[in-house]
Amino acid sequence: MRPRLEARIGVSGAMVYVTPVLAVVLTMACGSVLFAALGHNPAAVLYAFFVQPISSAYGLAELTIKATPLVLCAIGLSFGFRANIWNIGAEGQLTLGAIAGGGLALWAGDDASVWFLPAMIIASLLGGAAWAAIPAYLKTRFNANEILTSLMLTYVAILLLSYLVHGPWKDPDGYSFPQSRMFADSVLLPLLTMGTRLHLGAPIALLLALAAWWVMARMFVGFQIKVVGLTPAAAGLAGFSVRRLTWITLLTGGALSGLAGLFEVAGPIGQLLPSISPGYGFTAIIVAFLGRLHPLGILLAGLLIALSYLGGETVQIELGLPLAVSGVFQGMLLFFLLASDVLVRYRIRWGRSVIVQEAG
Amino acid sequence: MKTSFIKRGAIWLGAAAVSAAMTTAAWAEPLKVGFVYVGPVGDHGWTYRHDQGRKAIDKAFGDKVKTTLVESVKEGADSERVIRQLAASGHKLIFTTSFGFMNPTLKVAKSFPNVRFEHATGYKQAKNVSTYAARFYQGRHIAGLIAGKMTKSNVIGYIGSFPIPEVVRGINATTLALQKVNPKATVKVVWVNTWYDPGKEGAAAKALIDQGADVIMQHTDSPAAIQAAQERGVWAVGQASDMTHFGPKSHLTAIIDVWDNYYVARTKAVMDGSWKSDDTWDGLKQGMLQMAPYNAAIPADVLAMAKKAQANIIAGTVHPFAGPIKDQMGKEKVPAGKNLDDGSLLSMNWYVQGVQGKLPK
Repeated sequence: MRPRLEARIGVSGAMVYVTPVLAVVLTMACGSVLFAALGHNPAAVLYAFFVQPISSAYGLAELTIKATPLVLCAIGLSFGFRANIWNIGAEGQLTLGAIAGGGLALWAGDDASVWFLPAMIIASLLGGAAWAAIPAYLKTRFNANEILTSLMLTYVAILLLSYLVHGPWKDPDGYSFPQSRMFADSVLLPLLTMGTRLHLGAPIALLLALAAWWVMARMFVGFQIKVVGLTPAAAGLAGFSVRRLTWITLLTGGALSGLAGLFEVAGPIGQLLPSISPGYGFTAIIVAFLGRLHPLGILLAGLLIALSYLGGETVQIELGLPLAVSGVFQGMLLFFLLASDVLVRYRIRWGRSVIVQEAG
Repeated sequence: MKTSFIKRGAIWLGAAAVSAAMTTAAWAEPLKVGFVYVGPVGDHGWTYRHDQGRKAIDKAFGDKVKTTLVESVKEGADSERVIRQLAASGHKLIFTTSFGFMNPTLKVAKSFPNVRFEHATGYKQAKNVSTYAARFYQGRHIAGLIAGKMTKSNVIGYIGSFPIPEVVRGINATTLALQKVNPKATVKVVWVNTWYDPGKEGAAAKALIDQGADVIMQHTDSPAAIQAAQERGVWAVGQASDMTHFGPKSHLTAIIDVWDNYYVARTKAVMDGSWKSDDTWDGLKQGMLQMAPYNAAIPADVLAMAKKAQANIIAGTVHPFAGPIKDQMGKEKVPAGKNLDDGSLLSMNWYVQGVQGKLPK
């Protein structure tokens, strides 16, 4: 008797909304056992993990800052994932966006006009899109697997940034340390509130999420993307060009990831460093699927993952729990979310399936 | 009347005692000291040694302090949040223990003028930000002397992390010492572009051994090179902490970072109000770095030479960067009779003669 998954006919609408809550409750229950076993009061840990990080305006701003790059990359990726285009290289496209936009900021120098910022934004969109254009070209011209090409280009992008900050873009007054000069204040993203780091990038990400929803739900290209992903044969019959959609989804994903890179370097960082992202481009893949590839779902998923990072820091500071414990807790959260997602769509059956029995 | 007077007096006295006790309690509230680490604590390497320093504070002051650590904090946008959160949650002294935390530390320090910050290996100070680092190159000098005597192939392999001044300084110090005792020996460098990646470090060690190196040095944190050296029957020198148990046969010695005394002293300075912003660059003399126990296989004369060099550096009679020093092009950088000054050491971005290959720019 082996368990197997069988697709449910007709997915319960209500369950799609109930399961994320259920998953969080299950995570809290299992997490409590873990925390209690480690000799901590579970309620205190859960409070420090989920509530304390966002119990102040500053904390809310930090949550938004952390979620912004995740949401931007995930939305870009979701277009491709809907159309079965597997761009795994958002991290590299983010890096290229930071290089293109940040390079412009360095070139502008210390007394840069405030008008450089829009130009930097455009440069980062183009930079990210250009990096994604390579896998798009290789895919459409040579049918090269975009999973491999986009992933491998990530390492090229990171080494390119490393070369620039170790070499031509190194701060001349920086004792040969690998970092660029600080950007001029005039080309940094304007802050939205006093006393926090919340910058213009966050509302732009929100607007782009709404725009993405509009594209997918209301525009013809969104419809085409969905058809290509669900039934490629039907898309072929309808005359939708897979080639064209490959280009559109990869370029969009690259551009949005590039923008995320610029928002990091022209936002909280303020200069180019050898590492500008703690893996946002990769975490965004989780965010995209956690949000069920829906722009508004991605917004929520981005905030949840961001909170799990902030919570991990807070339990270290407040309760002295080691980082590994918050890692386990984050893993539980993802496990329950994805498991409940599977069980909403599939049921577990024991034994061989009917079809196999007929064949045997 | 009289009793009530006494009674009232007693109540007053009691109240005074209670309030005095409460005031002392407020004073005796432990000093919160925060630590921001770039890696996991683990049981060896850079972050481990900083955490040993944190434990030294715990040990020295007991319940007069409360230390907090945040591990594996990424350099970049995340570190500022962590540092700020420590400052905002009542930590009065915060150690940020990686170069990449420099600008975030300064930004947070600006908004918390009453919190003292200590940034390791950086070069920017402020009224409430001190910097500190150890003169690791002094240890490299000793390791270079030993390597020069132990090598048979006259090729020393060096695993570099990033081509920053601190690492270049280590390579140069090793090479200068090496050629002092063995002019035929040269240093081959492999850059792995990471501080900690056992896979890459192990592969780099094997590649260097394949190219004839029989002593492996490293400026990275994992014990992979020590293990690879043990496997292939060559020598290795450990980094940051004593790595003997990872390769008892290969491990010649290691350059150990010892932050304990500095951390305890700085904590004490905050407690008694004498803390001042400073730039500390201590070495063997102050005990900020120490040599791990030497391998028993090192011949007695080589051991004596190493110990003598150590004593001379401590006494100040030997400087690892004493002239004449020539760069790779043969250009004289330091004339005979002079030592390279600290400023040039801190911004070093050139190789001395005897290093093979070009410094990545």
